[in-house]
Amino acid sequence: MAVVTDEPKAGFRLGMLIYDTRYRSITIQIVVLILVMAGVAWLVDNLLRNLAVLGRGIDFSFLGNRSGYDINQTLVEYTNDSTHARATLVGLLNTLLVAFLGCVAATVVGVLAGVMRLSKNWVIARLMTVYVEVFRNIPLLLWILIIFAVFTEALPAPNAFRGENPAASMVLFDTVAFTNRYTAIPWLIFDNSMGWLTLGPVYLNIDLVLIVTAVVGGVFANRAILRRAKRIQEATGERPTTWWQPILALFGPIIAVFLFLGTHVDAPTLQGFNFTGGLQVSNSLVALWLALTLYTAAFIAEIVRAGINAVSRGQSEAAFALGLRPGRTMSLVILPQALRVIIPPLISQYLNLTKNSSLAIAVGYMDLRGTLGGITLNQTGRGLEAMMLLMLIYLVISLIISGTMNIYNNSVRLKER
Amino acid sequence: MKATSDPFVRREMLAPAAPPITEAGAVKWMRENLFSSPLNVILTVLGIGAVVYLVSHIAPWMLRGVWNAGSLSECRQIIEARYGEGVTGACWALIRERWPQYLFGFYPSELYWRPVLAFVLMLVAIAPVLFDALPRKMLWFALVYPALGFWLLWGGSVWVPVMALAGFGVGYVAAKVVQPLAGTILASIAAVLAPVLWWLFAAGPVAAALESLIPIALQEVRSREFGGFILAFTIGFTGIAFSLPLGVLLALGRQSDMFIVNKLSVGFIEFIRGVPLITLLFTASLLLNYFLPPGTDFDIILRVIIMVVLFAAAYIAEVVRGGLAALPRGQYEAADALGLDYFKAQRLIIMPQALKISIPGIVSTFIGLFKDTTLVVFVGLLDPLKGITDAVRASTDWKGVYWEPYIFVGAIFFIICFSMSRYSMYLENKLKTDHR
Repeated sequence: MAVVTDEPKAGFRLGMLIYDTRYRSITIQIVVLILVMAGVAWLVDNLLRNLAVLGRGIDFSFLGNRSGYDINQTLVEYTNDSTHARATLVGLLNTLLVAFLGCVAATVVGVLAGVMRLSKNWVIARLMTVYVEVFRNIPLLLWILIIFAVFTEALPAPNAFRGENPAASMVLFDTVAFTNRYTAIPWLIFDNSMGWLTLGPVYLNIDLVLIVTAVVGGVFANRAILRRAKRIQEATGERPTTWWQPILALFGPIIAVFLFLGTHVDAPTLQGFNFTGGLQVSNSLVALWLALTLYTAAFIAEIVRAGINAVSRGQSEAAFALGLRPGRTMSLVILPQALRVIIPPLISQYLNLTKNSSLAIAVGYMDLRGTLGGITLNQTGRGLEAMMLLMLIYLVISLIISGTMNIYNNSVRLKER
Repeated sequence: MKATSDPFVRREMLAPAAPPITEAGAVKWMRENLFSSPLNVILTVLGIGAVVYLVSHIAPWMLRGVWNAGSLSECRQIIEARYGEGVTGACWALIRERWPQYLFGFYPSELYWRPVLAFVLMLVAIAPVLFDALPRKMLWFALVYPALGFWLLWGGSVWVPVMALAGFGVGYVAAKVVQPLAGTILASIAAVLAPVLWWLFAAGPVAAALESLIPIALQEVRSREFGGFILAFTIGFTGIAFSLPLGVLLALGRQSDMFIVNKLSVGFIEFIRGVPLITLLFTASLLLNYFLPPGTDFDIILRVIIMVVLFAAAYIAEVVRGGLAALPRGQYEAADALGLDYFKAQRLIIMPQALKISIPGIVSTFIGLFKDTTLVVFVGLLDPLKGITDAVRASTDWKGVYWEPYIFVGAIFFIICFSMSRYSMYLENKLKTDHR
């Protein structure tokens, strides 16, 4: 085709806005922009008029007022004299807690179920198929309600554990008690607790900070040791003996911190009609966590199965031909390739789990929606502001999760041209 | 003298010996599939143990169930009389007695034929969409069905849905009239603009005028009376029908080179995907009035449907975008080389392939949407799972019933969602064109 270098002489005509592909996209974009802006202007105009009718504006000062309601589970200090902002923070932490616990447990259960569904064992493979199909095809709300009903209806009351021949008994060597009100589990007690560090509105539990620092530091030290060992191996061909160094690096700091804090395990014991000691986890949290875990794990199992199936047989055969043992084949050949397929849908499952945790409302777990979007909203009547804030917080959580997971995804991605 | 005897020569094959008992039949199968290694033996025993434990605890309870009783206490009496003191069993009589409520909520009972007819017609309408062996003419019915179904469910004047449908006719006529006068592009603008103007300004008065001339109307049913599975079906299937086209449009917007269109699509999709559906439903029920002209109040089910459609559309957009991205670049270039314009290229080359790749994702989004219809209970609608069950449990007869309603509703959801996923596998297989 001959290339036309000179511009048509006719100049610009109005029709070219539609018929000339050079200008058409600009026309379409301007039309779309005008339509969208008109729509937004219409909504905002309505909003302002409605607010004027009601005689109020958009005002977030209610967050500084006294909340006046109690929350059954709080990770940070909170009383009904605290502010609504504080209640929001408590709700946010509760949301993050159940989301975090759910993501961890769902990953473990999901990977196990996905691998087991591929197992050559007929019984196990069929069982896992049934599990996955049943949990995927029934609404999450039903699982939350049913598991909560199991906890509140089918489990014994705390006083059933009393007496010579109690009607109920604790499980796991008398350390965990499932009752119809709470689940009592052993917990760590710090004799030399460092207390709370207050930095303006931010409260930090120093014990927790120390433990997290020890774990993270241990992981980094471990990686440095392994990198050094690899460097020496590549330079000299001999790998230094390192088996004890990672163990020391991983567990040394955390044991030191525990010793420093004077840690001992406190198991729940029955006193009178109730359990004391340990940690009493409310059944709403346990039920919500279990339901979210089992439901999301069914989806993760499918993702894992698809990921492993996506690695062609030739890869494992090639690895065996090279003389790699099955374990090394899995960790060096299959898994890195499968992870590339698994990670992106896994991210969206984590996001789904976090968003689904807003169903906490069904079992009375006070998450972000229960505090800010529930009682605070109803008490202050600031529906618009509360919902805007609620959506914003969820949006930020989602963006943070997908952002971090995308960074990880990029690091394991196939590096192409 | 002759030799004493001929050397032995075998003239026919021996019958093959039977394989050892461990290498044949059920034993071989069990050795290979159940007991191939110590770990597998343990797993098999654990698995069978778990199944036996669950079945032995649940099955007797279910089988002892009573189907004819008026209340929970009556159920318990019957079971104790039949099986002895202290024995428990399921009380399926609840479902038998409250069946209409689970299906129809508080829909007026003398009008039950309407949702039933709407449901049957819905099956007729979606059949040609699902199975292409059926005559293609039935698709026309599928196009008319939304208006018909709306009229059957909510009642009111027949002219309202008819005039809504007429908008499409208006668009067609406008396009036909403008085409010879001003060309294709203005004709397609007219085809969009005319129906919008019709719906905004003309449809209402015309419907009212026709209603006064020829009154054909069904008794009106208010949205608050809806409940149970008709609510789930209404929201679920309307959501499915409308979210797919919207999702495809959003995906095209996100793949577009046009900066503004692209950024608007991305913003919309990421916003919707970033917030839980519950918050959107709450917005629909609590806040939508803030954003509409003062004094307007429109139907709660409609608001919920709009939110569900927007929510599912964002997810479908991402699924379809994956399908679009998976297409080789050559397909787009081939379409360009053939001289197809954007819409023809999309319709004839890109979309058929991209949608085929996205089928599993689209169907699982639909399944998610259908399951999410249970969340409408949080904005005060009576979904079958919690709304109706709570209503049933509030009556003195059925106070204290826990498992039966959940099992029943769960089973129905399972049947519907499971058949959807099986249909998607069937469709994938049917459309598979690669040769493996």
